[in-house]
Amino acid sequence: MAENILHLERLTMQFGGVTAVNDLTMDVYKDEIVALIGPNGAGKTTVFNCITGVYEPTNGSVSFCGKTIVSNRPQGKMKKLYTGEYRGEDLKIISPTPDKITKLGIARTFQNIRLFKTMTVFENVLVAKHMRARQNFLSATFRLNFKEEQRMREESLALLEEQGLLQYKDEIASNLPYGLQRRLEISRALATEPKLLMLDEPAAGMNPQETQELADFIVQIKDKYNLTVLMIEHHMDLVMKISERIYVLDFGKLIAHGTPEEVQKNQRVIDAYLGVAEDA
Amino acid sequence: MNVMNMERNGLNNKSTFSAVSEFIAKNKIGFLLIIVLYSALFILEKMMPPSSMLFVVLKKGAIYALVAVSMNLLNGFTGLFSLGQAGFMLIGSYTYAIFTIPVEDRAAVYQYFDGGIIRFTVPVFIALIMAGVAAGIFAFFIGLPVLRLKSDYLAIATLGFAEIIRAIFQWNKLGPITNGSNLLKKFPSFSSVLFPFTVAGISIALIVLLINSSYGRAFKAIRDDEIAAEAMGINLAKHKLLSFVISSFFAGVGGALLAMYQTTVQASAFKAAMTYEILLIVVIGGVGSITGSVISSFLFIACSEWWLRFLDSETYIGSFKVPLLASGFRKVVFSVVIMVIVLFYNQGIMGTREFSSEGIARFFSRIASRNRKEGA
Repeated sequence: MAENILHLERLTMQFGGVTAVNDLTMDVYKDEIVALIGPNGAGKTTVFNCITGVYEPTNGSVSFCGKTIVSNRPQGKMKKLYTGEYRGEDLKIISPTPDKITKLGIARTFQNIRLFKTMTVFENVLVAKHMRARQNFLSATFRLNFKEEQRMREESLALLEEQGLLQYKDEIASNLPYGLQRRLEISRALATEPKLLMLDEPAAGMNPQETQELADFIVQIKDKYNLTVLMIEHHMDLVMKISERIYVLDFGKLIAHGTPEEVQKNQRVIDAYLGVAEDA
Repeated sequence: MNVMNMERNGLNNKSTFSAVSEFIAKNKIGFLLIIVLYSALFILEKMMPPSSMLFVVLKKGAIYALVAVSMNLLNGFTGLFSLGQAGFMLIGSYTYAIFTIPVEDRAAVYQYFDGGIIRFTVPVFIALIMAGVAAGIFAFFIGLPVLRLKSDYLAIATLGFAEIIRAIFQWNKLGPITNGSNLLKKFPSFSSVLFPFTVAGISIALIVLLINSSYGRAFKAIRDDEIAAEAMGINLAKHKLLSFVISSFFAGVGGALLAMYQTTVQASAFKAAMTYEILLIVVIGGVGSITGSVISSFLFIACSEWWLRFLDSETYIGSFKVPLLASGFRKVVFSVVIMVIVLFYNQGIMGTREFSSEGIARFFSRIASRNRKEGA
């Protein structure tokens, strides 16, 4: 099998007594498109937030390209509240802030679009370039970084052109139509030069036609930028069409994983989505 | 190797130069306006008596403009609602005063503290920078714990710190340095209006350069959406602290200018009310607009110090005594004016727009084209 990009080891996220993600182990390999699906409230976005450092998981670890980037064991009051069996007592506590994770090469989009609303399309992408620019606030103030700034601008323009957003570059981001806002959010994530792109419901609120276009778009950027894609999605036709493997969560627990065909036939998945009759 | 380096440096210098000249060429009208403004001030000073209210307004307005812009950097551009500005102004003004009182006058100023413990002076220009640096250092240590807080909580914490700073500077035990609760005086001040205009002008220009740089974009990203900014690799703690320290640096410089303007300094003057005044200027000018802050600062000072003065004195028209006009009435009218502005211009004078030379040109060309249409 190809190189392991992302590995979650027995990840658990508990909010007080509520377990949002329960003992989840999963792998994403290089150049794959992996989907994470499950009914509403299954804990999919929580998994994303644990990977990207927004939440500190209660227990377990996340590795990226073979290096552990997040790991934790129950501490403080969580020692009492923690209900899982496995306690990674040997685990070190690593809890970086989201910007560190992004710098390592994991970029994400959000379920409800989070663009910088008062800034232009161009500026939205430029901001994402800020992280990797070699400069400090003094060189930036006195424009000694003008070469770096020029490079950032050129790269951003090139990216916008590739994504077909160049004609909107001076529009305020919140004035764009919904579909383009989604596309801009993905472009902005690409501007951070990621290895792994995590999409949180990229097709939410899209009609079948737009969803179809999005599917092509994701495959296209994956090939173009050498990406590995992990996505959360509810549109089953999109998931079944482009993902190579699927993980299914229900109430925070992994109930199935495998190729789209395998998952579609899995009885537990069908039960989770359709519900089980009381007398069955 | 060396030759290559030199060549590269030469190239760099060349392109730096061309970048600068390009920048000037792009903002030709703006630079012209600045030159016109400063020469107008120069001529005005030659022509009018120095005691004219106009100069009071211009001097104080320039100082408040600087402080308001520094507050706008924090509140308007980084989205951190901080109310500590008066505290950092206090640190700046004290630092300036302490290090510039002439040695021979120290015995008189520090009469209760044996002439104080600092027995040297530094030049005015260096003292101004020291004032900013001192405020910046305080801001760094205050910012480390406080900037974890959000919105209202941050405002309360910074307000509290400003009050604590004020109390500490009045503490008698610190008398040998701060002169306790007594006045600091006899330090060099300015008489020409050009001095505060130049210092404030350079400071505001630096803030504008910062805001238009990559870091300014990062600040605005934090203001628009903290979570998204962090997900785009912007280190929130670092950037917030940077904005806080830079804002406080310029508040400190503004405080030093205020000390020079007043010719005396006393910690008890730097109350929370001063922060509110500055906040008011920022809000009236438009949160997120530099030029808005500058314009509203002059308007604010002109209203409070000059234009509404007549409301404070009893006036007779013939033998008829105009009702209500009495000492203190000015403040009532002023409050009403501010309420009206905030109610009807809740975006402030400028909103988040900027007053630019291009904007003026656009404005005039629009009028011209309208006139042409009407003429036809």
